[in-house]
Amino acid sequence: MRSAVCATEVVVIAAPDNSVALNCGGAPLLLEGEQVGEGLQLEASAAEGTQLGKRYTNETGDLELLCVKPGEGTLAAEGVALVQKGAKPLPSSD
Amino acid sequence: MNLMMLLEMAAQGFGERVAFVNGDESLTYQQLFEAAGQAGMRLRDGAHEHVAMLDVSSLALPIGLFASAWAGKPFVPINYRLSSHEVEGLVSRIEPAFMVTDAERIASWSSRSEVELEARQTFVDRACKGTSPVENDWPMAPDDIAVLLFTSGTTGTPKAAVLRHRHLVSYMFSAVEFGSAAEDEVALVTVPPYHIAGVISVISSVYAGRRVVQLPNFNARDWIDIARRERVTNGFLVPTMLSQIVSELEGQDSANLPLLASISYGGGKMPQPVIERAMALLPNTKFTQAYGLTETSSTICVLLPWEHRAAGASDDPAERRRLTSVGRPLPGVELQIRNEEGRALPPGQRGEIYVRGDQVSGEYVGRGSVLDAQGWFPTRDAGELDEEGYLFLEGRADDVIVRGAENMSPGEIEDVLLRHPAVLDVCVVGVPDEHWGEAVAAVVVLRPGGEATADELRDCVRNQLRSSRVPQFINFASELPYNETGKLLRRIIRENWAAN
Repeated sequence: MRSAVCATEVVVIAAPDNSVALNCGGAPLLLEGEQVGEGLQLEASAAEGTQLGKRYTNETGDLELLCVKPGEGTLAAEGVALVQKGAKPLPSSD
Repeated sequence: MNLMMLLEMAAQGFGERVAFVNGDESLTYQQLFEAAGQAGMRLRDGAHEHVAMLDVSSLALPIGLFASAWAGKPFVPINYRLSSHEVEGLVSRIEPAFMVTDAERIASWSSRSEVELEARQTFVDRACKGTSPVENDWPMAPDDIAVLLFTSGTTGTPKAAVLRHRHLVSYMFSAVEFGSAAEDEVALVTVPPYHIAGVISVISSVYAGRRVVQLPNFNARDWIDIARRERVTNGFLVPTMLSQIVSELEGQDSANLPLLASISYGGGKMPQPVIERAMALLPNTKFTQAYGLTETSSTICVLLPWEHRAAGASDDPAERRRLTSVGRPLPGVELQIRNEEGRALPPGQRGEIYVRGDQVSGEYVGRGSVLDAQGWFPTRDAGELDEEGYLFLEGRADDVIVRGAENMSPGEIEDVLLRHPAVLDVCVVGVPDEHWGEAVAAVVVLRPGGEATADELRDCVRNQLRSSRVPQFINFASELPYNETGKLLRRIIRENWAAN
């Protein structure tokens, strides 16, 4: 999914069972192929930016987005800003 | 989703870092990205349906893998150790193909298959020096095939396992943290490109930002020399390689590898004495064991460094035995042990291992998916879980010996025989028997200078297991047949037995 108002692109890693409204920079995130609506602009109140390769999650932890392209907007679900997950060590062999 | 997403992220995040080193040659992430673009545009415009690589590890491997993703064509690494007849058989299944190989092989190539050959060095040079205009527009369909891997065929004709972009990308997103490698991290990779671990090590190192030093042909002394010279911090090995490194280090004045922070191993059964010796020789190195299959995009279970240490330091035999466990499932993987009727079994009972998760493909060319309706993949590996969820492998489900109405796993008998001080290696198989259907047969390799009679070994089994497990036949041999990635070839032993 990509932001309508900045360069941010994310991949959904985990999603809750019910549908949630996802925003970036104050505008709904777009699905692959979806067109940008007219007159949309980055909202100043939602411009903290996204960082490449970081994971973003909601308060309940059932939603996780991974930033694959960084941008200026803030990611949010149901109007609440997502928080960047601390890099926890994964039990990996790689 | 496309593997190229991962390389693009790496090039953006840490483009100037060195990504791959082979001998005197190297590529940064940015250079790899650009080379993949040049080669990718060429491959996209070609009429070939597959991009094959019949070669040892070289810089052509990461370029070829990512260029194939860029072009939207499956990448097919092929085992260069196969006979030309076997290679011909595999290549005919992927024609029309573009294939990178070594110059010598091109000179002697006589296949009738529709395949365009290019020498490794030509492929790398054209990719690195190309100046064609490039568009960053690789296909993003998650169901596109990223890699076709021929299984090792230890039980018959190799099957072409299908790994789609979504399987490999899911695995990276669930198992690896982007850019998590420190700048001084260097991995020494000796696994060949045609093995799933060889493919995955390329992708995971790129995503983590870890420098990879390639060692195309393994031998223990070179491995140790390169590890010291290149300041290697992470090693990826199969158990037989670790065993050889341990023997080599034991013969040297000191096992001095102070920068070697971690060793990951997998791909076969690790004998308990080998891992114990390795841990004693390299007390500051963290060991991780991985268990996985081609069809599961590699690792599904890991035994972590702290679990190695806890098991190694324990006096409790049950906890110490955990050194021979392959650990517990990764977060994105569900695992069950099932009986022959398909019912899930509780801890402590042997059955077939089933797994489920986004990284699990379980699909072969021409056969389709073997996943059940709920998405579970039957691994054909036999195993059991302990109360804490640690998985113990018991060989292939097909290796189960059925004597009378009783099922037994070769592994439990082998474990007993391996504890005999004179026994170096052993393989137990079922052989045809008129009375029982199958009888238990063992081929035993004794340690140099070790002595044990067949009757003594039978007593050893009789004292620890039920009498049905006692081998009816015991042969002695100087070595057992393994393939080059350390898999014991039970089929060969059964065939030899049938022939004699």
